Amino acid sequence: MNHDPFYWGRPSDETYGHYNHAIANAKSQIPTSHTQQPIITGTSVLALKFKNGVAIAADNMGSYGSLLRFNNIERLIRVGTETIVGISGDISDLQYIERLLHQLQTEEEVYDSDGGHNLRAPHVHEYLSRVMYNRRLKMDPLWNAIIVAGFSDDRTPFLRYVDLLGVTYGSLALATGFGAHLAVPLLRKLVPYDADYEKVSEEQARVAIADSLRVLYYRDARSSDKYTFAVLTFENDKINVDYKQDLKVENQSWRFAENLIGYGSKQQ
Amino acid sequence: MKAVENGSTSIGIKAKDGVVLAVEKIVNSKLLVPGKNKRIQTIDRHIGVAYSGLLPDGRHFVNRGRDEASTYSNMYKEPVSIPHLMDRLGLYVQNYTCYNSVRPFGVVSIVGGVDANGPHLYMIEPSGTYWGYTGAATGKGRQTAKSELEKLNFEELTVREAVKHAARIIRQAHEDNKDKDYELEITWCSLEETGGQHQFVPEDLLQEAIKFAQEEDDEDDEDEEDTEMAT
Repeated sequence: MNHDPFYWGRPSDETYGHYNHAIANAKSQIPTSHTQQPIITGTSVLALKFKNGVAIAADNMGSYGSLLRFNNIERLIRVGTETIVGISGDISDLQYIERLLHQLQTEEEVYDSDGGHNLRAPHVHEYLSRVMYNRRLKMDPLWNAIIVAGFSDDRTPFLRYVDLLGVTYGSLALATGFGAHLAVPLLRKLVPYDADYEKVSEEQARVAIADSLRVLYYRDARSSDKYTFAVLTFENDKINVDYKQDLKVENQSWRFAENLIGYGSKQQ
Repeated sequence: MKAVENGSTSIGIKAKDGVVLAVEKIVNSKLLVPGKNKRIQTIDRHIGVAYSGLLPDGRHFVNRGRDEASTYSNMYKEPVSIPHLMDRLGLYVQNYTCYNSVRPFGVVSIVGGVDANGPHLYMIEPSGTYWGYTGAATGKGRQTAKSELEKLNFEELTVREAVKHAARIIRQAHEDNKDKDYELEITWCSLEETGGQHQFVPEDLLQEAIKFAQEEDDEDDEDEEDTEMAT
C-alpha cells in the first residue's frame, strides 16, 4: 500500500493502471466564451440631485431585442435604508447584481449587531465599480450601466454612475442608455452647473424627471409608460424614502405623431 | 457543560406569530459602555441566536451558521429554512465531540426565527443534540426560567406580549443570584412586527417591558409580605 496521504482514497495503480493525466488537462473543443451581448435589456435610468435629496426613476420594461417582452421588471433596487441602485442593460446581470447587493447588505448591516456602522451610497458605488471593473478585466463584463443614488456620510446628496467598462462619474443629472442623449439635456436645463444643485427644489426635480420620462416614452421604442420612481430626501435629521411603483406616464399627447411616417409600410 | 451551567441566563419564546430571544447580560465592570457589546447575534436576516457559556465559542458557532445560511441561499436563491440550518449546525457541533484534538463547544445556543413554514425555536447543546421548543432557557437561571416559561400559553401568546414576559422571566431568574447588576437584551422576529426580520426590539418597547417586569416583581413582593403577616 502507498502510505503517502496524497494517494489516500484514490484508485490504486495496481488495480486500475496509471492515471491518464490527459483527462484532467483535456482542452475543451469550444473556446471559453463570455458575454458578448446583452439578451433581455432594460432601457434608461434617470436621476437628478436637488437641494436636500435625490430623485431616481426607471421604467419596468424588459426587451428581448426590439420585442417588448416583459413589462414587470423592477430595476430600482433598495440597498439598506437610504440607497437606491438603478440598473439598465442586461436583466440577468441585473438579477446577479441584486443578489450581490443583498449579500453585501447582509454582511455589512445584518451581521453588525452593535450598530453604528452604516452602508451608504458611496460605499455601495465603490463596491459596484470594483465588481464592474473586475469583470471587465476578465473580458466577461456585467452588461449594465448603473446609477447609485443616496447620501454621503455628511448627508449631502450622492449620485454617481458606473458601467460595464468600470467607468465612473458623478453629476447633478445622470441618465443611462438612450436617456443619456435625450433626458440629460432636459434635466440640465434646470441648472447648468453641478455645484448649483442646491438651487433645484424637490418639486422641480419631480416634474423634470416625470417630463423626461414622457419624452423618453415618446421617442425610445424600448421604453414603457409604467415606471418606478424613488425620491430620497434628508429633512430634520431624518432620511425619507418615497418609493412608488406602478406609476404611469401622465399628460401624454400623441398629436405630434400624426404626420410621422416610420420604416413600416407606407401609409396613405 | 459546566461552563454553560454558570453562564448568564438566555431564554427563547416561540409565540404564535414569531419568536423572542432574551439574555441577561451581567455588568462585570462599571467601565463597560451601556447598550454596547451586544450578545444576541443574527445568523441570517430571519434567524437570531442567543447563547450562554463561553462567548467566543458562541461567536464561532454563529460564524459557522452564517456560512451555512449564505452557502444555502447562494445555491438555492432562497433563505435557508430553520430546521435545515439546525440539522447542519447539529452535525457541525457534534463533530467537535469526535476528536481528541478538539474540545466540544462550551455553549448552549437558542436559535429562533421565522421562515416560510412559520416561527421556529431550537436549542442546541455541546453534544450536538438539538430539540425544537416553544420555550427554551439556558444558563445559570434556567431552572426558574423554565418553570416560568411552562406557565405561558404559547398558542395565544403574541410576540409583543412575549417581549414583556421575557423581561419578567429574566428578572425573576436573576433574583436568585442578585450579586451583580444586569442589562437586558431582547430581540424579536415576526412577520407582523418586523416583516420577518430578526431585530432588536425598539427602545420604547424594551423600556416598557422592563417597567412591566419591575411592577410584576413589586406585586409579588407585596403578596409575599401579606402572607408572612398572616402567619
